[in-house]
Amino acid sequence: MYRYTDFDTAFLARRNAQFRAQVERRIDGSLTEDEFKPLRLMNGVYLQLHAYMLRVAIPYGTLNSAQMRQLAYLAERWDKGYGHFTTRQNIQYNWPKLRDIPDMLDALGAVGLHAIQTSGNTIRNTTADPFAGAAADEIADPRPLAELIRQWSTDHPEFQFLGRKFKIAITGSPKDRAVTKAHDIGLRLVEKDGEPGLQVLIGGGLGRTPMIGQVLRDFLPRADLLPYLEAVLATYNLLGRRDNKYKARIKITVHDHGIEQIRQLVEARFAEIRPDFTGADQALLADIEAQFAAPTFQSGDTAPYDTAYDNDPVFRSWADTNLARHRRADHAIVSISLKAHGETPGDASAAQMRTMADLAARYGYDELRISHEQNVILPHVHRADLPAVHAALKAQGLATANIGLISDIIACPGMDYCALATARSIPIAQEIATRFEDLKLEHDIGEMKIKISGCINACGHHHVGHIGILGLDRAGVENYQITLGGDGGPDATLGSRTGPGFPADEIVPAIERLMRAYLALRDGREETFLETYRRLGADPFKSALYDSARTKAA
Amino acid sequence: MTDTALKTRLEPAPETVLVTDSGFSLDDWTGPEHRSATLAPEDLTPDLVQNLAPRLPDLDLIRVPFASFADGRGFTLARALRRMGYRGRLRAVGHVLADQYAMARRAGFDEVEIDAALAARQPQEQWRARADWQAHDYQARLRGSRTAPRP
Repeated sequence: MYRYTDFDTAFLARRNAQFRAQVERRIDGSLTEDEFKPLRLMNGVYLQLHAYMLRVAIPYGTLNSAQMRQLAYLAERWDKGYGHFTTRQNIQYNWPKLRDIPDMLDALGAVGLHAIQTSGNTIRNTTADPFAGAAADEIADPRPLAELIRQWSTDHPEFQFLGRKFKIAITGSPKDRAVTKAHDIGLRLVEKDGEPGLQVLIGGGLGRTPMIGQVLRDFLPRADLLPYLEAVLATYNLLGRRDNKYKARIKITVHDHGIEQIRQLVEARFAEIRPDFTGADQALLADIEAQFAAPTFQSGDTAPYDTAYDNDPVFRSWADTNLARHRRADHAIVSISLKAHGETPGDASAAQMRTMADLAARYGYDELRISHEQNVILPHVHRADLPAVHAALKAQGLATANIGLISDIIACPGMDYCALATARSIPIAQEIATRFEDLKLEHDIGEMKIKISGCINACGHHHVGHIGILGLDRAGVENYQITLGGDGGPDATLGSRTGPGFPADEIVPAIERLMRAYLALRDGREETFLETYRRLGADPFKSALYDSARTKAA
Repeated sequence: MTDTALKTRLEPAPETVLVTDSGFSLDDWTGPEHRSATLAPEDLTPDLVQNLAPRLPDLDLIRVPFASFADGRGFTLARALRRMGYRGRLRAVGHVLADQYAMARRAGFDEVEIDAALAARQPQEQWRARADWQAHDYQARLRGSRTAPRP
């Protein structure tokens, strides 16, 4: 894992001192509220429905145990004892006081964490595959390049006041667990004739105008990454619209000008910028890569795992659902579900954070990850240690065996927290989870991604949910629209709307009808909901949704 | 180049302050008008860029207006001008915050011109606090020797 250099540490201390002064200058009137707003945003401070919110970056989703413990400390010292992990690998504290935030930032700085550029019209925290460095299906670990991008984008003098926010994601696996096609820039590590490089996607995004990213450059040599990114950003900064915030994202710029013209402009600017980079970035990258070297994996007998698997059905269910294939056969990737049935998706208490930190320190080579699915990952655990890990998780309510299942729901904070939301998200997620838990259908249904957004800004990624739920306000009443067939994988697909929405008390029964239709229609247990939907189309699901409702109403 | 795109100097604004690394001063530009120009980000069409390059050696001062501090196009414009080889004075004019001073300097501006009201609200200590813009600069580390695009 990357350790802060003296440069990083000094930069962060200086930046935090600047923000402390900015808070004071807001109070003494040197800064107007309008002027203070982007400055607090670029330091992660939002004004929410009830209070300020601090969004802390977890760069490319990677944490060590000391950092996780510090997140727990912040939750207890300055918030209500918990934090909320987000779809962009950040953690949000929903109840801090503005005057405490400079102290919170200093506490984060002590463990090499920050809240820089987690909001505002600037380059946001770069997200990455949460299984990076551990997955069996990986071409290369994307995190060294993600760290390089972090350093390049941090405080970049040209790009702190862009027309709109700008999100970059990077994956090193063809499985694409980073949803690269739904980002302003998506980067995929590839190889051509043995040379490592990147495929560059541009103009993807969800929000109110969802679009799938297009290929801007099929193969970019690794050493050209920073000047190329700079060329894209400089092109966007001058060309993107600034007259209408809803038309200001680069996806609209690409749509309006066409990918060909954008490519021409980017390539021309790239040719100008490339000589500015004299190789210092590549020397830094080599240092960064050394720090991401794989840990010295322990070997040993995996018999304790086999014994527990054969004799403990609760452990077996968890192992079947929550473990992923590690690149070493005697290790596993553990997904810790933050989606206990009936709880808020993505929330973790301080005690839970400390348990996860302890497990990482003792069994996980001191590494943790946050996934965009709002779960926590222990990327490297020897199989012999899995029974002990499971037991410790169970004691903290963290052993829910539902990764990838219907209750593993992405939900935005919704009207419970967010000033923009038009409907609640969290209670809907909780009700769906508890309903299917009661029905005992979850494991029978199998792979199912439900994603819920509480407004058209789509923070819950509903467009790429197998089932997407969008909460709207219809004349003061919450109304939930359903989309089907979305997919956030390598061939990202936007879901299609089924028809009229449902009121809050009818949305869970509607989802249940969909699931019963799927169980009746599927071609055996191996066919997932998404596959059945693709085979049969929307019609049978629409009739499950609407015909029975009409019958009932009649 | 069109006449509207590259105007000779701005109407003289009586109540402005010039900010440099040493703090506040009055505008000391006394050159002939034809040696200066004002270039707004929206003017920077590909055609203009082509026509502008040969004229740059004839200019001693280019002003880049900032209508709002939230509009960061001027920073990219400054970088582009330096990359095109412009060596004269480069000035950000208008609504620029003390908090943006280091960004302006790193992007290639030499100085910032603000109105008296902003100067009163953000006195020179707040600008001087950012005069060490060469310190703590990720870009300088990543680019190597050619940090500031100033030729």
